[in-house]
Amino acid sequence: MSDLRQPHEAEIIERVQETPNIYTLRLRFTDPAVHQAYRFAPGQFNMLYLYGVGEVPISIVSDPEDEHIVDHTIRAVGRVTDAMARLQVGERLGVRGPYGRGWPVEQASGRDVVIVTGGLGCAPVVSVIHYVLKRREQFGKLTIMQGVKHADDLIWREQYEAWSQLPNTQVLIAADEGGTMWPWHVGHVPALFDKAGLDKANSTVMMCGPEGMMIAAGKTLLEQGMPAEDIYLSMERNMQCGAGKCGHCQMGGQFVCKDGPVFSWPEIVARLGVKGV
Amino acid sequence: MSQHVFLSHRDSQRLFDALDRAGYQAQAPQPKDGALVFSPIRQASDLPWGQHDTQRPGHYRLSQDDSPRAFAWANGPQALKPQLFAPSEPLWQVARDADGKLRFQACAPKPQKRALIGVRPCDLAALAIHDAHFLGGERDGHYAARREGLLLVAVNCSHPAQTCFCVSTGDGPAAKEDSGYDLLLDELDDGFVIRAGSGAGEQLLAGLALEAATPGQLASAKGQQHQATQGQLRHLPDNMASALPNQMTHPQWDKVAERCLACGNCTAVCPTCFCHSEREQPALDGASSEHLREWDSCFSSGHSYLHGHLVRESGAQRYRQWLMHKLAWWPEQFGRIGCVGCGRCISWCPVGIDISAEAHLLCQGGEA
Repeated sequence: MSDLRQPHEAEIIERVQETPNIYTLRLRFTDPAVHQAYRFAPGQFNMLYLYGVGEVPISIVSDPEDEHIVDHTIRAVGRVTDAMARLQVGERLGVRGPYGRGWPVEQASGRDVVIVTGGLGCAPVVSVIHYVLKRREQFGKLTIMQGVKHADDLIWREQYEAWSQLPNTQVLIAADEGGTMWPWHVGHVPALFDKAGLDKANSTVMMCGPEGMMIAAGKTLLEQGMPAEDIYLSMERNMQCGAGKCGHCQMGGQFVCKDGPVFSWPEIVARLGVKGV
Repeated sequence: MSQHVFLSHRDSQRLFDALDRAGYQAQAPQPKDGALVFSPIRQASDLPWGQHDTQRPGHYRLSQDDSPRAFAWANGPQALKPQLFAPSEPLWQVARDADGKLRFQACAPKPQKRALIGVRPCDLAALAIHDAHFLGGERDGHYAARREGLLLVAVNCSHPAQTCFCVSTGDGPAAKEDSGYDLLLDELDDGFVIRAGSGAGEQLLAGLALEAATPGQLASAKGQQHQATQGQLRHLPDNMASALPNQMTHPQWDKVAERCLACGNCTAVCPTCFCHSEREQPALDGASSEHLREWDSCFSSGHSYLHGHLVRESGAQRYRQWLMHKLAWWPEQFGRIGCVGCGRCISWCPVGIDISAEAHLLCQGGEA
């Protein structure tokens, strides 16, 4: 049985409108046995299926040990995600997964965790932030750095403010354009590294967002002495099967859906920023 | 080591009868719409006796003469790919009831006993690649069901086309011992030297009770294998493994893109291309929907679509993806290049782009 290829029915338990075009669907598999057996790691994704329309790969934002619900935060940008935005609580969709290699939470154990995100790149790292916060004693300092184009693009603003109040947790946010009442930095993400005071010998960096931002941030970190193998990135490509079969997500010899989406800097650096790869 | 036996052309119906008795539905290449394509067959007389192919870049023509042979040609546009990896098929279907509840159902094909006659060594090499892709990692149930019950009657290539370069990729013109055939034939003017490569093949041969091949017949078979090796005009660059990965910004990509129509013919005829897209086909009454997968091509615009933009916008980027994936990146994925030297992409390209010639131009700069 090619079980992973066939979706299971899930019900929308809660729907949150995060911004005018970003929404979160909180899902539960309707078959209790499926729900019971479902496991994922932070950084993995599911294929969500909208009846009669099609599938999209969406990262999972909830905590892996939240047994009640699986959350997906989605931006309406295309045919499927636009139509999916109209679903209401109680409606059904299909879910198959989880797919891919997630964040290196084992490798990061006992070390400082540095999260670097840009634009809407936050969703794939939210689950790892939750993961660290729930297991606070297993990790050192948690630094969350987020860059946005404009102050208005920042979603989960209250969430960031709440995280910034937690012990041993630092939140640094930069907007290219600040706007009035913008309490954080104006400028690009790499400028935040000086403020962060990172322990470069003892940190694991997890980055997610536009490729250009990750390249700039990675290069700055390397210049500042961060070992390349401690920098991880979550990549994005067209994904249709999730199992490395359909070929759309290839970046050179890597299948982003199964070899990634999380890669270490040395694994992917040769293909980063190469136009058309 | 299985023994070599001889089946005369006159008696070749006995092989078909044996396959029939063993419950196999047989297929063999037969002329159709001007090309040799796998079609159902019951009679040895329906083999492509006297058929020849003439291939060169952008050109494929069949002709017939009074040659006593059935396999005096190189290949047709298909390898085994369409037999196992269907051009279009439903992966699963889903029904929605009045309450909006969804019921998902598998639709995997049922395994069937099928015998494919006239499989080329390059086709076997491509099959091994697809086996690794579709059966390795997460097993593809649809491919696996079609693969099960497949009997492969391979025929060593004695008439390579001008477009062939399987010697250069190490995949032909003679099949390797462990290349997965059940029976392997060398065709001579009066019949076939046959050996078995599997238990199923042994059993079939035992049922035919044939005479051992004579030393003369074996020598003739060897001789024509040697000739087919010598006869190949094309080859891949010797320095490809070291030189090609560094050619991402070579000016040749733009030059070839001026000729390339991005039609995807090369990817359709390529026996190793595996890209496919998934698509929804809802029923008109809205009560159910089929989730299909269909062959896709890295030359299509949708192939690299990523939330609102294309990763590969230009023809040059798409041709680079195709060639680099086959010849430079495939080894990372499968431990060998993704080209078996069958030459189909050269013959079936409407403008005659030649992958081997392009590889030479790209690698001429050496290790950039």
